Amino acid sequence: MEITNDLIEHIAHLARLEFNGEENERIKADLENIISFVDQLQKVDTEGLEPLVYMTEEINVLREDTPAVTVTQEEALKNAPNKDSDYFKIPKVLKG
Amino acid sequence: MELTQEIRDKYQPVIGLEVHAQMLTKTKAYSNDINEYGAAPNTNVSAISLGHPGTLPRMNKQTINYAIKMGLAIGSEIAEYQSFDRKNYFYPDLPKGYQITQDITPICTGGEVVIKDAEGNEKGIRITRIHMEEDAGKSIHDIDPFNTLIDLNRAGVPLIEIVSEPDIATSQEAYDYLTEIRKLVRYLDICDGNMEEGSLRCDANISVMLKGAKEYGQRVEVKNMNSIRNVQRAIEHEIERHIIAIEKGEKIAQETRNYNALTNETTAMRSKEAANDYRFFPEPDLQPIRVTQDHIDKVKEGMPPLPNYLFKRYTNELKLSEYDAGILTDQKEIALYFEEVIKTTSNYKSAANWVMGDMKSYLNAQAIPVSEFQITPEQLGELVNLIDEGKVSHNLASQKIFPAMLENPGNPEKIAADNDWLQSNDGNEIEGFLDEVIAENPAEVERFKNGEKKLMGFLMGQLMKKSRGKADPKMATQLINKKLG
Repeated sequence: MEITNDLIEHIAHLARLEFNGEENERIKADLENIISFVDQLQKVDTEGLEPLVYMTEEINVLREDTPAVTVTQEEALKNAPNKDSDYFKIPKVLKG
Repeated sequence: MELTQEIRDKYQPVIGLEVHAQMLTKTKAYSNDINEYGAAPNTNVSAISLGHPGTLPRMNKQTINYAIKMGLAIGSEIAEYQSFDRKNYFYPDLPKGYQITQDITPICTGGEVVIKDAEGNEKGIRITRIHMEEDAGKSIHDIDPFNTLIDLNRAGVPLIEIVSEPDIATSQEAYDYLTEIRKLVRYLDICDGNMEEGSLRCDANISVMLKGAKEYGQRVEVKNMNSIRNVQRAIEHEIERHIIAIEKGEKIAQETRNYNALTNETTAMRSKEAANDYRFFPEPDLQPIRVTQDHIDKVKEGMPPLPNYLFKRYTNELKLSEYDAGILTDQKEIALYFEEVIKTTSNYKSAANWVMGDMKSYLNAQAIPVSEFQITPEQLGELVNLIDEGKVSHNLASQKIFPAMLENPGNPEKIAADNDWLQSNDGNEIEGFLDEVIAENPAEVERFKNGEKKLMGFLMGQLMKKSRGKADPKMATQLINKKLG
């Protein structure tokens, strides 16, 4: 699979990232590396094998509908780079 | 360009609705923080709903039961085996960067919601699927002029998404379909159905084609309608916009549009091609679910009677009018109250009138729910019987006993007896009152005797006044006819 600039732009947009020229080249090299690794994995014959999604075979790992307070508002906001006493603050996503 | 009826009639709108309903569980879908509307911002959160690294989701039992209830109510197939998938998109109010949903194995498939079409005939709107997923947090754009604020109380609140086939042909049918869905979720007590607060939300997929055409027109998705009426108006607006564009030879763009209730218009939000690439893949952190028939049967046992069942019973068995049945089944609390009343009385029409009339107007005037109504269904049934047995007149029951029961709930016959309101069918007593009436109104009596029968009403009125409403009207009529006829 070829990593084109269009593809990088598309993936970057989905993650709301922007790359300048030099970063673009670096990410391109990284992605090519990853893809070639995946290409290698894809050479393995998996005919007749079910995809492995879960690490255990358990089913119905369910929880009772019983509430608990495990995190306070202060704790919830503590690690945020930008906040006030009530909210996480982020750059404006809608114009006025 | 003016859109005449003639032009409109050339086209057939094709509408499908996606309804998101927030489940009334106590906790969130995949974590045990509180699910509650209106709490202080970022207080109902946990490491899981905040999307912290290394946390693992755990499925809420109750969400599954609620989704099964909805499926059973509309005749869906309940999937025996289900798994979850990640829907990836990047947005600040989605802390994990993906929504846990059921892409491949929705809990319910098929079924239908029955509405009435323009001719009044039953029309089934087929349901494609119902799947379980989680809500995102809330972005607030209008408090801080320089930042968007994020409240994650809603992040992880359990949702079911109900997807219809494009069977809806008019904006009125969309209105009726949504009204029916809201009624069902409220009957089942799985969602409060409040569109203004966003606990029930609707996206509409709309296209328009020439009648008889084989291929659908270009589909557009409309969002952001916060009442059932607005859904109807937005669809109506969109249908007209499409027809005008097609008539002008313009192309309809594939896009998501935003409805503005103030202007009653839709505007483009984002174009689908550019934005939607959700890269679904299996959610490995939530183990799959297996639902047994035994479990489904148990959930079924806990379900209340449903409005369409009650409607049919009231019209077919109890012989009530469709209008009455519609009002009685509109709200579950009213219907269940009525169900109890008719355990005490078999005069269904009278019971219906009391519930829809005196009782509902009292509830409306006081703005209280059925649960706070003072009179028990049994007592109201006894009041209906009291009238039917001829022990009190309907007027006296409505004007005296009913208000007295509101003040001081109790057995209506006892209340009537204590207040000396029981109808007199003591012939001598009534005759005594009648003699007084005759003595005091000689002119009217004379005219009545000479054939002016419409004066019966006047004479009865006088007699009732004398007896303070207690005279048995049947006996009084007989006596008047006997004495003066």
